Amino acid sequence: MSVTAQAHVEDHAHDHGHHHKETFITKYIFSQDHKMIARQYLITGLIMGFVGIAMSLLFRMQLAWPGESFPIFETLLGKWAPDGVMDADIYLALVTIHGTIMVFFVLTAGLSGTFSNLLIPLQIGARDMASGFLNMVSYWLFFLSSVIMVISLFVEAGPASAGWTVYPPLSALPMAQSGSGMGMTLWLVSMTIFIASSLLGSLNYIVTVLNLRTKGMSMTRLPLTIWAFFVTAVIGVISFPVLLSAGLLLLMDRSFGTSFFLSDIFIQGEVLHYQGGSPVLFEHLFWFLGHPEVYIVILPAMGIVSEVMSVNARKPIFGYRAMIASILAIAFLSTIVWGHHMFISGMNPFLGSVFTFTTLLIAIPSAVKAFNWITTLWKGNLQLNPGMLFSIGMVSTFITGGLTGIILGDSTLDINVHDTYFVVAHFHLVMGISALYGLFAGVYHWFPKMFESKMMNKNLGYVHFWITAIGSYGIFFPMHFVGMAGVPRRYYENTAFPMFDELTDVQVLMTVFALITAGAQLVFAYNFISSIFYGKKGPKNPWKATTLEWTAEVKHIHGNWDGPIPHVHRWAYDYSKTDENGEYIIPGQDFVPQTVPLQEDEEELNH
Amino acid sequence: MTTLLVLVVLVLVAIAIWQMTKMFEFAQLKTNTSEIANDNDNKYNGYLLFAFLIFIYGITIFSFWKYSKVLLPEAASEHGGEYDYLMLVSFIIIFFVQTITQALLHYFGYKYRGEKGKKALFYADNDRLEFIWTIIPVIVLAGLILWGLYTWTNIMDINEEDDPLIVELYAQQFNWTARYGGEDNVLGAANVRMIDIDKANVLGLDESDSYAADDIIVKELHLPVGRKVNFKMRSQDVLHSAYMPHFRAQMNCVPGMTTEFSFTPITTTAQMRQNPDVVEKVKRTNALRAEWAAEGRPNSDPWEFDYVLICNKICGQSHYNMQMKIIVETEEEYNEWIKSQKTFAETVMVADVQEPDFNPVGAETAELSYKAQD
Repeated sequence: MSVTAQAHVEDHAHDHGHHHKETFITKYIFSQDHKMIARQYLITGLIMGFVGIAMSLLFRMQLAWPGESFPIFETLLGKWAPDGVMDADIYLALVTIHGTIMVFFVLTAGLSGTFSNLLIPLQIGARDMASGFLNMVSYWLFFLSSVIMVISLFVEAGPASAGWTVYPPLSALPMAQSGSGMGMTLWLVSMTIFIASSLLGSLNYIVTVLNLRTKGMSMTRLPLTIWAFFVTAVIGVISFPVLLSAGLLLLMDRSFGTSFFLSDIFIQGEVLHYQGGSPVLFEHLFWFLGHPEVYIVILPAMGIVSEVMSVNARKPIFGYRAMIASILAIAFLSTIVWGHHMFISGMNPFLGSVFTFTTLLIAIPSAVKAFNWITTLWKGNLQLNPGMLFSIGMVSTFITGGLTGIILGDSTLDINVHDTYFVVAHFHLVMGISALYGLFAGVYHWFPKMFESKMMNKNLGYVHFWITAIGSYGIFFPMHFVGMAGVPRRYYENTAFPMFDELTDVQVLMTVFALITAGAQLVFAYNFISSIFYGKKGPKNPWKATTLEWTAEVKHIHGNWDGPIPHVHRWAYDYSKTDENGEYIIPGQDFVPQTVPLQEDEEELNH
Repeated sequence: MTTLLVLVVLVLVAIAIWQMTKMFEFAQLKTNTSEIANDNDNKYNGYLLFAFLIFIYGITIFSFWKYSKVLLPEAASEHGGEYDYLMLVSFIIIFFVQTITQALLHYFGYKYRGEKGKKALFYADNDRLEFIWTIIPVIVLAGLILWGLYTWTNIMDINEEDDPLIVELYAQQFNWTARYGGEDNVLGAANVRMIDIDKANVLGLDESDSYAADDIIVKELHLPVGRKVNFKMRSQDVLHSAYMPHFRAQMNCVPGMTTEFSFTPITTTAQMRQNPDVVEKVKRTNALRAEWAAEGRPNSDPWEFDYVLICNKICGQSHYNMQMKIIVETEEEYNEWIKSQKTFAETVMVADVQEPDFNPVGAETAELSYKAQD
C-alpha cells in the first residue's frame, strides 16, 4: 500500500516553476530566489560572525593579560596597539562592535534571515516569497550595512566605542570619546540601513506565511519553525522602527544641535548649549527595541530546535499548542519588559516595580518551553546527529542562562549585579550561545537542503559540538562569579582595584576556554566550506522528516517543486505514530509526511 | 606570555586531533560511511551526553569551591542583609531547578539514544503535566516577585525621616567628587552653567545661594556609621553609575537630572578590615601582589581593605579607573574629619579676592585617575 502516491493528486500545472534563462548575475548576485538569498544571508552572517568572534578573542586576551604585549595586537590593530599593547580606546571599540555585529549582523540577519528565507516558502509549500524583489533588496541592504559597519573599523579616530547600546551623551559627543565622531556616524548609518533591510524582510515573511500556505496547511499544521519566524517578524516590525527613531534623534543631536537626549553638559572646559533633553529617553527608545531584539534572536533558534529535536527524537514535539502559545506569550511580554534594563537608570522606582512584574512573568512561557523540550526527548529514539546535539545543547544553555534571569529581572537583586560580568554571563548563555547553537543546529540540519543534498561531515560536526559545548560553559560559568565579586563590564583592565586582583586567574581560565572554543569554530568553517564543494551526497530526505521542504526538488529550481505544489493533510509531527494494533501508519516507516492523507480510521490528534 | 599562548594553541590542536581520530575510528567500525548518525554515533554521543552532565555538575562544584571566596563580603549596609538573603534564596531555587532539569535533559539524551528498530513513543501532549509545570513556576515566581517588590519599595523609598545625612555624588570623566550640605545639611543650588574653573568652582555651585556657603567639597567620601545617608547624584558630562558594591548600592548619574539613592552604613571600615573573609582576602591578595612586586610589576604595593565607589556605566577611555575611596567611621571620627574640611565659602568664594588655593583632601586619588588618561 503506497499512500505517498496520493500526494500529488491535483493539478497545479498553471503555477509551475518557470525556468527562464538565468545569467550569472541574476542567479548568484541579484537573485530573487529565496534559496539563494538564504545562502547569501548565511554566508554574509558567518563572515561577520568570524569578525565578531575574532574581536572577542582580542579583548579577552587583554582582560586575561592586561597590558601585556602581543604581536597579534600590533598586526591587527596597528596604531591602536603601539608595541603590541592594546589601547584603552580600541578596547571599548572592540567590545562595542563585537556586540553590534553578534546581535544584529549574526544572530538577527544571519540566523533569522537565513532560515526564514530558506524555510518559509519550502515548509509552507510556496514557490517563493510573496515578493522576491523586496527579498533581494532586503539582502542587499543588509550587505550594504555590513560593509559600512566594517568600513567604520578603519576610521581615523576609531569606530563607535560607546558600547553596543550607544547611550548618549557618550555616543553623541566626540569630545567625550574619539569613537563618537565619524565612527559613530557610520554606525548610525549602517544601523539605519540594517533596520530598513530587516523591515523589508520581516514584512515579506509575514505576508508569505499568511497568504501563501499551500492547500491544507492551516496555521495549526505549521511546523514550529514557521511559527517562530512568523512571530519574530511581527515583533521585528513592531520594535525596529522605534530604534530607527532613536537613531534619527541621536543623529539630530549630533549633527544639528537639537537637544533630545542631551542637557546640562560641561565637557573639556566649556558648557555646551544643550538643554532639556534626557538620556533616559534614549534608554527607553533603545530598549523598546533592545529587549524584543533578544527574542528576535532567540525565537528562531527555539523554532529550529523544536523542529530538529522532534525529527531526530522520532517523536512529535510535546505540547505543540502550548509551544505556539508560549511563543505568542513570549512575543507579547517581550514588548513590555524593556524597563528591566533601566532599574537604576534614574527612572521612577514604581516603573521598576511594573517591569519586575512583567519580566518575571516571561519566565513562565520560557519554563514551559524547556519542560516541553525535555519531555520530547523522553522515550524517544534519539538520532544524535550534530544538529540534534546542538539542539540539546541549546536547551541546556538556555536553562542555565535563563535561570539567572530571575535574579537580573528582580529590581532589588539587579542593584548590585547590574552592569557587572554577571549580566555578561547571563545574556551570553541565554541568548548568545543558545542562539548560536540554534544557528548551528539549523545549518547542520538543513545543509542538504541548502546545497543540493550535499551533507556536512558528521565527525567534524561532533568535534565542533563537543569542544564548543565544553568551552561555552568554561567561559561563561565562572564569569558569574566574577560578576558577583562586583567586577563591572567594559573595563579595559581591572588592575586599578586591588579587590579584583585575585580574579586574574579566572580571567585567564575564561580566555583560554575562549581561545579553544574559537578554534573549534575553525573546524566548523572548514567543514562548511569543504562540504559545499566536496560534501557527500545524501538521500533526498536524509533525516526522514515529515515536512514539505524535503519533498521539493533536490536541484535548486526557481519555484521549488517541478510539478504541482504538494497539498497538506496533517500536522508536521507524525513521527512514530501507530494505529490501534501498534503498527506504524505507513508500514516500515516511522514517519508520515504531511502530504499523506489521513488513513481510514486514523485519528487526527488533538495536538 | 607567548609561551602560554603557544601552549594554549598546542592543547587546542591536540584535543582536536585526539577527538577527531577517535570519532573517525567510530565511523570506520561500520562499513556504512554516510553522514547520518548510525547506532555507533548514537551510542558514543549518548555516553558523551551523560559525561557532559557530570561536566556541568563538575564545573559548578569547581567554581563554588574555587571562586566562592572571591565574592563580596557580607553587606555593610542596613538593607544589604535583606538583599543578600533574597539573593541566597533565589540561588537555592535556581540551583535546585538547574540540577534537576540538566539531569533530565542529559540523562534522557543518554538513555533514549537511538537504536535501529527501536520504537519511539508517540506522545503528543498531556494537559495535566503541562498544567503542573505552568503552575509551579507561577507560584514560585509570584513569591519571588512579591518579596522582591517589597524589598525594592523599601530600598527605593527615599525620604527625610531619621535626619539623614545629605551627600552629593558628582561624576565627571573620570573622577568623583562628593559634596556635603555642611552645618545646615542642605546642598546649595548648582548647575553646570555656573562652573568656573578659574575660581575652582568645579561643581558649578550658585555663589548667591546662602545654602551653598557652608557646603563642603571633598575627594574622599566619609560616612558616619549607623546614620542614614541620602545621596543625590549628578553628572556633568556623560552617563556614569555610582556603584558601591559593599553596600549593595548603585544608581546612575545622569546629566541634566538629579538621581537619588539612600542607605545606612552599619559596618565601619575598621570593623570590615577585621571581618574574617576580608582578612583572608587581603592576605591572599597581598601574597599575589608580593609575587608581582618580585617580578617588578608596577602597582603591586601591599593593599589595605577600603570601601570604594566605582563607576559602572561606560563613560569613556578611563572608565576602568574612575573611583573614590569611601571611609565609614564612628560618629566622633566623622565629626572631627568634617570639621577639618574647608567650606565652599572658605575656599572658592574667598577666591574672589584672593588667589585660588583650592586643594581638596584626597587629591591623591584624583591624581591617580587623571594619570590614567595620559
